Amino acid sequence: MEALKQELKEKIIAVLNLEDVQPSDISNTDALFGDGLGLDSIDALELIVLLDKDYGIKLTDPKEGKNIFQSIDTMAAYVEANRTK
Amino acid sequence: MENKLYIKSYVSIENGQISIDGNVVFESSASNVSDFLKEGLRHFGIQYPKFFKMDNLSKLAFLGSELLLKDQDSPETALLFANSSSSLDTDVTYQESIADKDNYFPSPAVFVYTLPNICLGEISIRHQLKTENSFFIFGAFNPDFFIGYAENLIETGKAENVLCGWTELFKEDYKAFLYLVSDEGKTEHTKQNIELFYTN
Repeated sequence: MEALKQELKEKIIAVLNLEDVQPSDISNTDALFGDGLGLDSIDALELIVLLDKDYGIKLTDPKEGKNIFQSIDTMAAYVEANRTK
Repeated sequence: MENKLYIKSYVSIENGQISIDGNVVFESSASNVSDFLKEGLRHFGIQYPKFFKMDNLSKLAFLGSELLLKDQDSPETALLFANSSSSLDTDVTYQESIADKDNYFPSPAVFVYTLPNICLGEISIRHQLKTENSFFIFGAFNPDFFIGYAENLIETGKAENVLCGWTELFKEDYKAFLYLVSDEGKTEHTKQNIELFYTN
């Protein structure tokens, strides 16, 4: 699970063009949106694409994203439980 | 036009150089436009993480506008921009992402930049502008149009200043020429002066 969390941090930084942010800057419990990493609604859509493209997970209800993308911990748990690739 | 208008200041970005009022203030040997613009942003100490999420056209327009508006921020500044390639640079990138139906992952972050006037939104957000803004597509730089439109905006009280910008970019070919029209300044707002600054 730790390897997956590290992988998610690296992918998020690359996909969302988070310049000057290192994986070590993101704690597993940090809020990804709002006051945490400061992601926005377009970033949320990019994360949905990331889940589909890299892990074969299709979110049919965008509202699910609110819980899944709370933090690296919640995202990793969801990917681990639902990934098809 | 009853009152005289002036070109308060102007910025050129091309060939790895950034000039303000005709003076080169930054040079780079970066191998691509994206790195060049990023180096430029850092050179001027501009802190704005959203910059790195923009497409190259918006980065070009944003950087040019920063250099003109940072010391003369007025909420009554309208934006009047144009170019010849519209958002084609990003349109091509987006099209490539949806060309293969077996590997079909359109990027929302790329899609939002498939309109040229998005760069005006980026500038307006940065400077909290709620003024008129327009982005036109012409075959080539068209000073007559800029002069007439900018003067009309000021004459009719729609704006106190107009930031005019020719921001052309496709792949690695780019040229930005931005100037601020105001009732203050030393250089008269004439076609001759605009053409002189555009070509130099």
